[in-house]
Formats: sequence, structure tokens, C-alpha cells
Amino acid sequence: MTAPREVLDCRGQRCPLPVIAVARRLPELPVGTVVRVLADDPAAAVDIPAWCRMRGQEFLGKVTGEDGPAYDVRRQH
Amino acid sequence: MSASPVYLDAATAAPLHPVARQALLAALDDGWADPGKLYAQARRARQLLDAARAATAETLGVRPDELSFTGSGTTAAHAAVLGGLAGRRRVGPILVHSEIEHSAVLHAAERHTAAGGTALGVPVDRLGRLDVAAWETAVHAPGVALAALIAASHEVGTVQPVEEAAVACAAAGVPLYVDAAQAVGRVPVPAGWSVLTASAHKWGGPAGVGLLVVRKGTRWESPWPADERESGRTPGALNLPAVVAAAASLRAAAADAAAEAARLAPLVDRIRARVAAEVPDVEVVGDPGHRLPHLVTFSCLYVDGEALLHALDRRGFAVSSGSSCTSSTLRPSHVLEAMGVLSHGNVRISLHRETTEADVERFLAELPGIVADLRTEAGVVGL
Ligand SMILES: Cc1ncc(COP(=O)(O)O)c(C=O)c1O
Repeated sequence: MTAPREVLDCRGQRCPLPVIAVARRLPELPVGTVVRVLADDPAAAVDIPAWCRMRGQEFLGKVTGEDGPAYDVRRQH
Repeated sequence: MSASPVYLDAATAAPLHPVARQALLAALDDGWADPGKLYAQARRARQLLDAARAATAETLGVRPDELSFTGSGTTAAHAAVLGGLAGRRRVGPILVHSEIEHSAVLHAAERHTAAGGTALGVPVDRLGRLDVAAWETAVHAPGVALAALIAASHEVGTVQPVEEAAVACAAAGVPLYVDAAQAVGRVPVPAGWSVLTASAHKWGGPAGVGLLVVRKGTRWESPWPADERESGRTPGALNLPAVVAAAASLRAAAADAAAEAARLAPLVDRIRARVAAEVPDVEVVGDPGHRLPHLVTFSCLYVDGEALLHALDRRGFAVSSGSSCTSSTLRPSHVLEAMGVLSHGNVRISLHRETTEADVERFLAELPGIVADLRTEAGVVGL
């Protein structure tokens, strides 16, 4: 598994803010880059994968660590 | 200048049907006595209750003694779940249910698990349709006391494969409970169930009346403290005028249901097509074909659901939403979650007998601008 190159800390933010954050940041990074989104709004678990599907980006999965739930996304195009 | 308000939330509560209003007013004068007593006023009340039960049972195609009125669709659902489980507790402790049941069913399931029982959710696909193979496996497991399936999703409109689910339940010897709150009075409900519930304010009856049908031969045991009324299924005095109004309006709604469905379904199709075409970055959710004729749902990317509801309200549109920020819980709608579709910026539109083509056109004309303004304010244009 690719280590995330960057972490977006969206803790405390309500959806759709974490989705907006990843939508803003991902296109600024090279194709293939993995970004980890820290988000404690439970809606992020639904909306980040849904955003990836709608935008043709790759959702790598949810990881839960010390910082709470996080979602890894890889830029595909 | 503000245009006249457009109410598009019939799936929460349909405007009172004129027949319901008429029946309610008449029954307020005539049906205030306790139908259980032995005097003239009580006999009149008893007649009204018996007639309401007979008419409702006939519309549903069930026997009058199988039907009890309840204080709401929610209490009917609670009774269906807890009573169905209690009646078969010797068989086992498992409740099988779809993951897209109404919260009334899920909350009853929570009560069951808190008391040591088991609840097993069966998934749906991206269109919100039950995974029938998983359902079949689930109901065949040993120890299943009851299986619960919503007739059609109250949030996204997808009609469920009730007949197939019923066949699986029959093969497994498990009674099927169908929450038909969004179907009764609008679309036919397939046979094969053992317990059914509905709610009068969904078809144009008053709020505060539910239906609980327990088919003959079904093992069902009241979860409430003992009370003889309504065949021992509903404790407490009924709101008889409301029951009478519910029965009268159900008969009227059922008589018009096919024509109304034929009128509203094309409007729903139009909303689905035009929203997808004219609002950028929108996900129209639910099954495009197997769906309720009056309900349509979509989610707008990057838009806050609560802000969208307020903006629509300011323009006179009353709609509902499954977005977490619009409800008392902080969780997104469990239905949208189970489907794996976008949960923020969510709008549910539900039409009724007073909805006109002009209402729908006005909504469709204003929606793209409203969404665009919200996106501009949030600085998310072009993402
Ligand atoms: C599918 C479904 N079941 C149950 C209910 C609960 O009915 P009521 O509002 O009468 O309590 C509703 C309405 O919210 C519903 O849509």
C-alpha cells in the first residue's frame, strides 16, 4: 500500500467540507499521489467514496488510527 | 413578489384529503363517545369504528378482525416488530431486516438487541434494491423469528422485491413484516406478508392514525401492557374521528391511485431527467424504473443540505432531506449510507394530489440557480 504523501486535517468539519477539501487539493498534486483525509463527520465515510466514484478518482479505503477515522484517496487523472 | 408556496413533502405528510376533512368534521360531532360502552352514543361510535375498519380492510384486501388502528405509523411499526418477535421467541431471537428500513423499525430493532436479541441487516445495491440472495440466506438461518422489509423506500422511492422476499420467507417458515407506509393508497402491495403497517398522513388522512394488520395464523404477541381494545393490539382510546377520516380518505386515495400514479410518475421522471441534465454535479438516486410514482431524490455535490433546504424554503418550496446536517442526528441518512451514494446536499421531493405540472416546472426552473448561488457563496465552483 502506498503511504499517503499528504494529510488533510478535516477534523471538526461537517460534510461537505471534507469533500471540498480533497476536491481542492487533489488536482494540485501529481497523478498517482495518495492523500489522507482525517474526518470525524460520519458522513465522510459515505461522501468521500461517493465523490471518488463521481470524479473517477481512486478510493483506497478507510483507516482508523490515533487521529480517528481517515480516508485515503489516490489521484487517477 | 413571492409566488405561492409549493409543498413537495407528501412522503412526510400529504395535505389533508377533502374527503378526510369532511369525515373528520362529521365524526367530531358523532364519534366522540367511547365505542366500548353500552349506551346510544357509544353504539353510534361503535358503528363508525366498525364501518371504518370494514372499509379499510376491504381496501387492503384483508379481514376486518386482522386490522387494528394505532396511534401512528411509528407505533404500528414498533408493535409489528416487537410483537412479531415476541410471538416467536421460542423459535429464536433473530430479526432480519433490510438496511433501509424506516427508523421506526430500526429503533424497535435496537430495543430488541438491547434486550439480548439479535438484529441482522441485509444490504441493498446502489439503486437501493434489496440483495435478494443475501436476504434468502439470512432468513434461512436457524433462530429467525421475524423478517422486516419496507415495501418501498421512503427516502429514495425504490420499490422492493417484496414478492421474492416473501417467497424466501415462506420457504424458511419465517413471517414477513412489510412496512407499507409509502405504498398504501398509492401503489398495490404484493401479497405474501404476515404483518403489515401503514400511516394515514401519507395518503391524505390525518396524522396520528396508523394501521397494523396481523394475518390470521400469525404468531404475534402484544408488546404492550394488556388492553382489550383493537383486538388487544393497541392500548388506549383511539382518536375515532381521525380513524374515520383516515378510512374515508384511504378509500378515496385507493380509488384514484392508478390515475394519480399515471399522472405523477411522468412528473417524477421529468424531475429525474431535468435535474440530472440542468444541475451540474448532481447524483439522482434510487431505481429509475422500479420506483414509487410520487417520490424522487437527488444529492448536489459540495452543497450543504441545510443551506439548500433553507434556500428552497425562502423561494416557497417545502422539501425534505436525508443529509445529516438537516436532521437531529449527526449521522447521514442510513438509507443513503447503505446505498453508498452521496449523502450531503440531499433533497427528497414527494408529490401529491394537489401537485400540478406548473409547480414542478417552477421548481425545475428555480433549482439550478439556487444550487449555483449556494456553490458560488461556498466558493466551490469549478471543483
Ligand atoms: C416508511 C415509513 N414507515 C413508518 C413511518 C412512520 O409513520 P408516522 O409518521 O405515522 O409515525 C413513516 C413516516 O415517516 C414512513 O415513511
